[in-house]
Amino acid sequence: MSIDKQDVQKIAHLARLALTEADADQYQHSLSSVLSLVEQMQSVDTDGVEPLSNPLEMTQRLREDIVTEENRRDAFLANAPQTEAGLFLVPKVID
Amino acid sequence: MFEQSISTLAQKLRNKDISSVELTRLFLARIAKLDPQLNSYITVSEQRALEQAAAADALIQNGQGTSLTGIPIAHKDLFCTEGTLTTCGSKMLNNFIPPYESTVTSRIQQAGAVMLGKTNMDEFAMGSSNENSFYGAVKNPWNLDMVPGGSSGGSAAAIAAGLAVAATGTDTGGSIRQPASFCGITGLKPTYGRVSRFGMIAYASSLDQGGPMAKSAEDCAHLMQAMAGFDEKDSTSAETPVEDYLANLNAPLTGLKIGLPKEYFGEGLDPQVADIIMAAVKEFEKLGATVKEISLPNLQLSIPSYYVIAPSEASSNLSRFDGVRFGHRCDDPKDLLDMYKRSRAEGFGSEVQKRIMVGTYALSEGYYDAYYLKAQKIRRLIKEDFVKALNEVDVIMGPVAPTTAFGLGSKTSDPVAMYLEDIYTLSVNLAGIPAMSVPAGFANGMPVGLQVMGNYFAEAKLLNVAHQYQQHTDWHLQTPTMAKGA
Repeated sequence: MSIDKQDVQKIAHLARLALTEADADQYQHSLSSVLSLVEQMQSVDTDGVEPLSNPLEMTQRLREDIVTEENRRDAFLANAPQTEAGLFLVPKVID
Repeated sequence: MFEQSISTLAQKLRNKDISSVELTRLFLARIAKLDPQLNSYITVSEQRALEQAAAADALIQNGQGTSLTGIPIAHKDLFCTEGTLTTCGSKMLNNFIPPYESTVTSRIQQAGAVMLGKTNMDEFAMGSSNENSFYGAVKNPWNLDMVPGGSSGGSAAAIAAGLAVAATGTDTGGSIRQPASFCGITGLKPTYGRVSRFGMIAYASSLDQGGPMAKSAEDCAHLMQAMAGFDEKDSTSAETPVEDYLANLNAPLTGLKIGLPKEYFGEGLDPQVADIIMAAVKEFEKLGATVKEISLPNLQLSIPSYYVIAPSEASSNLSRFDGVRFGHRCDDPKDLLDMYKRSRAEGFGSEVQKRIMVGTYALSEGYYDAYYLKAQKIRRLIKEDFVKALNEVDVIMGPVAPTTAFGLGSKTSDPVAMYLEDIYTLSVNLAGIPAMSVPAGFANGMPVGLQVMGNYFAEAKLLNVAHQYQQHTDWHLQTPTMAKGA
C-alpha cells in the first residue's frame, strides 16, 4: 500500500497540519510503510465478528443533567495564547 | 536509603529515624547530582515537594497518614498537576499549567505522598524508546548508550537510578511494561477502567491506562491501592470494587496454573531473553505452579489492529490542540486555518504528526470500514483468544519485549521496526486485561522483564505472583553502578 504526495497533502489538510514539500516527501514514505504494515488485516476473515470498541463492553454511564462545575473562567483563560475581555481571541473569521 | 522499600521507609518515618523533609531533600540532591546524565525529569518541583513533605511530617507526628505518607515519588508528565507544568513531552504544551489535578495524582497526594517532579516521556506517549521527547531522550541507567524504553521511560529510569521511590506511568501499548523491563524495575498495567483516566492527557482512550511503577511488586501494591477505584469523572471507569492489594501478597502459589503462549516464544525472540524467561518459569514450578502450553493465535494481528485503533483515537483526541484555548500558537496567523495548521505543525513532533495522519486517513470517508472497523473486529478476536486461554490457566507468562534495551538512535530511521518491538505488549491493551513486568535476569548486562498477564480485575493475583517470585529472587534488588555512591 503506498500513497502519493497529493494524498499526503490531502490527509495533512484534513488533520490541520501545515507540511512543507520536504515534510510531505518524508511522510509519504513513512505513512506508506505504516499503511503497508496494517494492510495484513485485510486477509483476515472477520465475517460475523462484532467490532469491539470498549474492552469491558461497558455502556456509557449517564449522569443527571445538572451543573456540577463552578465557574473558573479566569483559571481556564490563563493558559490561552491570546485573550481579550474574558474571551479567547482568534484571527478574524468574518469579514 | 534510596534503595529502601516503601514499607521500610514508612516504618522509618514512623519511628522518626528520618523525617519526610530529610528524605525528600536526599532524593532532590540525588536528582540534582545524577539526573543530568539521565534526563529522566522534565520538571523537578522542589518547592511543592518540600511543602508536601513538611505536611506529611506533621501528619506522622499526629500518628496519622497512610503507608505512602511522606514517601517521595514522581509522576509521568502526562498527568495534569494543578499549578505545576505538564508538558506530555511536547513542545505543544511547553507552557501548560493545568488548572486542575488528575484523579490519580490527587488520590496519591491525599494518601500523603510527596511529588518530586514530573518525568520525561515520549511525546504524547507515542514511542517505545523515549527518543520522541521534545525535552531530549532519556538514558538507561544500566548503560547510558541505551534507551530506557518508552513511553514511561523517565519514570522507569528515575526509579532504577534511585531518583524516586516509585512513580506513575501510563500504558497504551506497553508503555509501563516495556520501560520497566528495559530498566529492571517492576510495573503494573491495570485492567482497562481500573484506574481513572481523568486528567490524563489522552492518547488512545479505549487503550490508555495508568498504573504504578516501582522497584518491587509490594511497592507497586502500595501505590496501586491509592490509585485504583471508581471515578465518576471518567466515563469508562469501572465500578467493580477495589481489592486489598497488600492482603494477598503472601498467599502461596501451590497449584497456580501458568500458561505459556507458544506464539510468545517464536521467531524474533532473543535466545538469551527466552532462556531467562524459561528460568523464571522454572522458579515458579519450584514454588508449586504447574505449566502448560497455550495458544494466542491472533497475536501477530495485534500490531496492525493497534496501529489503526491507537492512531485513529489519537487523531480525534489531539484535535483539541488548535492554538486557541491552551498550548502553542504560531506567530502572525493570517487566518483561522493558517493558525490551526501552523500551530499544530510547529507544536507536534514528527512521530505525533505521523500517527495523527495515519488515524485521519483510517477514519476518512471511504476508509472507515476497511481500517477502523476492521481493526475493532480483529480486536475482538484477540480478546477472545485471551478469554479462552484464561479459562484454562490462572496467569499467562512470557517476555515483555523480544530483546533487551537497544542503542540510542539505533531504530529511529525505521519506525516500523520499532513498532514490531511491541509485539508482546499490544495485545494486552487491546484485550483490556492487566499485566506486569517483573525483573527476571540480565542479558549482556541489561535487565530482562518477565511478563505476567491475568484475567480482568486480577491485579491482586498478579501482584501476589510477582511478590512470591521476588521473595525467592533478587533481580529486582539490583542497582546500576551509576546510582551507587551518590
